[in-house]
Amino acid sequence: MTNFPLLLAAEINWHTVFFYLTSFIACGFALAMVVSSNVVRMAFFLVLSLAATSGLIFLTGAHFVGAMQLMIYVGGTVVLLIFGVMLTAQQAFISMKTKAGDWILALIVGGSLLALLTQIAFSVPAWRSSDYQARLQAEVTAAEEEIIAAMAADNRTELTAAEAAKLRPLLAKVKYGQPELTSQVGLGLVGVRVDKPELDSLGYSGYLLPFEIVSVHLLVVLVGAAYLARSKRSAVMQTPEGDAR
Amino acid sequence: MADYFSTWFPEGWDWLGWLLAAIIQAVLLLHVIAVGAVVFIWMERKIAGRIQDRLGPTRTGGKFGWLQTLADGIKLLSKEDLMPRDADPLLFKLAPYISLAASFTAFLALPFASGWVGVRLNIALFFVIAVLGLEVFGVILAGYGSGSKWSLFGGMRQAAQVVSYEVPLGICVVVPVLISGTMDLVTIADQQSGLFSNWLFFHDPFCMLLFWVYFTCGIASVNRAPFDLAEAESELVSGFLTEYSGIRWSLFFMAEYGSMFLVSGLAAILFFGGWNGPIPIFFWVPEGNFTLETLANLVGLGNFLLKAVLGVVVMMWVRWTLPRLRIDQVISMCLKYCVPIAAFCFLGSVLWTALHLPFLNDVMPMQARGDVREGWVQDIDNEMQQLEKRLATEAYELNSAVEGGPQQEAQTSLEEDAADRVALIPTPQPEGAR
Amino acid sequence: MNFLTEPVGLSHFLAVGAFLFVTGVVCMATKRNTLGILMGVELVLNGANINFVAFASPYFREDNLGLEGNLLALFVIVLAAAEAAVALAIALNYYNNHSTIDVDKANELKG
Repeated sequence: MTNFPLLLAAEINWHTVFFYLTSFIACGFALAMVVSSNVVRMAFFLVLSLAATSGLIFLTGAHFVGAMQLMIYVGGTVVLLIFGVMLTAQQAFISMKTKAGDWILALIVGGSLLALLTQIAFSVPAWRSSDYQARLQAEVTAAEEEIIAAMAADNRTELTAAEAAKLRPLLAKVKYGQPELTSQVGLGLVGVRVDKPELDSLGYSGYLLPFEIVSVHLLVVLVGAAYLARSKRSAVMQTPEGDAR
Repeated sequence: MADYFSTWFPEGWDWLGWLLAAIIQAVLLLHVIAVGAVVFIWMERKIAGRIQDRLGPTRTGGKFGWLQTLADGIKLLSKEDLMPRDADPLLFKLAPYISLAASFTAFLALPFASGWVGVRLNIALFFVIAVLGLEVFGVILAGYGSGSKWSLFGGMRQAAQVVSYEVPLGICVVVPVLISGTMDLVTIADQQSGLFSNWLFFHDPFCMLLFWVYFTCGIASVNRAPFDLAEAESELVSGFLTEYSGIRWSLFFMAEYGSMFLVSGLAAILFFGGWNGPIPIFFWVPEGNFTLETLANLVGLGNFLLKAVLGVVVMMWVRWTLPRLRIDQVISMCLKYCVPIAAFCFLGSVLWTALHLPFLNDVMPMQARGDVREGWVQDIDNEMQQLEKRLATEAYELNSAVEGGPQQEAQTSLEEDAADRVALIPTPQPEGAR
Repeated sequence: MNFLTEPVGLSHFLAVGAFLFVTGVVCMATKRNTLGILMGVELVLNGANINFVAFASPYFREDNLGLEGNLLALFVIVLAAAEAAVALAIALNYYNNHSTIDVDKANELKG
C-alpha cells in the first residue's frame, strides 16, 4: 500500500461524502433548534436544517421536490413563522425556558424513539448499502458487449435504431440520474402517468383530484387564516382612520 | 472545462481537476457580483445626480469620478464595526452573509451566454426564484438581531412585502416556461434566437403586459424604491440597516445590487431573448467551429450584459423618479393589481398559445435555430455519437482479432475509417461551460 | 475511512429522517412557545418527507415508489404551508386575547 492516499482519493464515493455533509448539517441544526430557547434563533436554525434537507432531497435525485422544498418551506413557511414571532414579540428577545423535568422526560422518550427507529431503519440488510452504481454499470457493460458482438458479426459501424433506443436511457441514467422526473411529476399532477402507462385507462384521473382538492384547500385556508387573524378592534372603534385623524 | 483540467492530474486525482474548475467558476461568478456592485454604485450616483440636475461624483479618479466606489469601499473597510449592546450577536453578525450568500447562489444557475452557465440545471428558473426568495432572511434576521425598533419594523415590512410579491412573481415567470416548455434557462433563451420578433416579449399582447408586472414585482422583491420600505430613510432612519456600519453594511449593498442584476438578467432571458441580439448576425455560424462559436458567445455575452444593465438602469431611474409607497399601498398593489393582472395574462397567454393565434414572428418570419432541446438531451445526443464510434472501433478490433489481424486486404478501407474514428475519440471536447 | 467509499443505502436516509422526526417531537414536547411548537411540527413533517423521497428514489431500491413518493412529498410540503398559515393565525388570535404565546397559560377551559 505505498500509494495509499492515491487509492483513497480514487475510491471515495462523493455521493456518500455529500450525504454525510448535508445530513450532519441537517441533524446538527435540528438539534441546535431544540436546545435553543430564543425563538428567532430557533427559526434561523430551522431554516438551515430545512435547506440542508433540500440538499438531501437533491441527493436522492428528486430535483423538483428539492426545489419545491427550498421555495415553499424555506422561502414561504419559515418567513411566515418569523413574521409571527415578530408580531408576537413582547420584549426584544422572547425566550421561554423549559423546566429540567420536561427535558429529562423528553430526552428519555425521544432517545428511546430514536433508538427504535434507527434500529428499524438498519434492520433490513438490503437497505444498508446500495448496489445501484454497480448494477447500472453491469447493465451498461452487458448491453455494450452485446451490441459490439452484433456489430462485429454484421461488419457495420452504425447503431441500429433499436440498439440506440436501448443505450440512450442507460446513458441518461449514468450521466444524469433521472432527468425526466420533473416532467413526469408535472404530468402526474394533471393525471397523466408516463412512468406507468398501464394505469392510463379511461376514467383514471390519477393525482388530478388530490391536486384540485389541495388547491381548494389552500384557498380555504388562506381565507380562513385571513379571517382568523384580522384585527378585531375595528368592531369597537367604527372608523380607525377617523380616530387617527 | 472540468474534464479538461482532469487530464492535468494523475489517475485517481481527477477530482482535483473538478475542484479547480469549480474554484475558477466560483471566482468568476463572485467577480460578477463584486465588480458589478462597484460599477452599479458609481452608475447609481451618476444617474441620481443627472436626474436631480447635478453632476454626481466628478473628482475621484479622473473626469467622471470612476474611482468613487473604490474610495467608498476603502472608507467602509476602515470604519469601525459597531454592534449595539442589545443585539443578538450571532444573528447580527451572520445576517449580511446570509443575504450575500443567497444572492450569490442564485448566480450559479444564471446563464451568461449560450452554454456559459455555472450549473446547467433542469429546473434552473425555479432554482433561481427559490434562492432569490431566501435573500429576505438576511434582512429579517438583521432586523430582529439588531435589537432596535427601527430595524424590527424594517424587517417586518420586508417579510410581509417579499412573501406577498413572490406570488405574482411566480405567476409571471410561469408564462415563459409554458410557452417554451422547459425550465432550463439556456434552452428558453436559445429558443428565442432569430429576429427580435421571436423574443417572448413579442409573443403575444399578454406577454407584453406581463413583462411590466414582472418588472414591478422584481423591483419589489429586491427591495428597491419605490418599494424600499424596509430601509426607508425618512421614516425608519434606515430600517434594517440602521445599526450596521462598515463592511457588513456594504455586504448588504453588494447583495442588493447582485439581486438587481439577477432580476433584470432573468427578465432579459425570459422576455428579451437573453444573449440573442435583435438581428442574428451569428445565425449562420457552422456547428462545431470552436473559434466562431466562442466569438458568437462573446458577442452574446455582451448582448446579455447590455440588456441586464439596461434593466438595472431603469430600476435606478425609477428609484430617483417615484416617491416611496406606503406599506398598505405596497400590499394592496400586490394583491389587488399585480396578482389579478398576472393571472389574467397567464390565462390569456395560455389561450393564445393553445389556439395558435398569430404573433409578430409570423409577420416577420425567421425560424429559430433547429429544435432547441433541454441541456441534458443535447448532451446525451453528443455522448451517443461518441459511444457509437467507440463501439464501432471495439467491434472492428474484435473482428480483426478473430479473423487474423489487419493484414486482410478487404478490411483495409474499414481500418482507415476506424483509425479516423480512433483519432476523433480522445479529442477533448472544447468546452466553454459545463 | 471505509464508510466514505461505500455507497449510502436507504437506511442512512431513513435514519436521518428518524432523527429529524425525533428532534421535532422533542421540540413539540419541551417548548412552551406556540411558535416553537409549530417549528417542531415542521421538522416532523420534514423527517417524514425525507422518507417518502428516499423510498421513491431508484438509487436505493429497484422496486421503488417512483412518482408516488415524489407526489406525496409535494402534497406534504403544500399542506405544511397551509397548516403553518392557520396555526400562525391561531397564535396571533391567542396573542391578541392573552398578550402571550405561552401555551401553558391557555387553561381557561380547565374544569
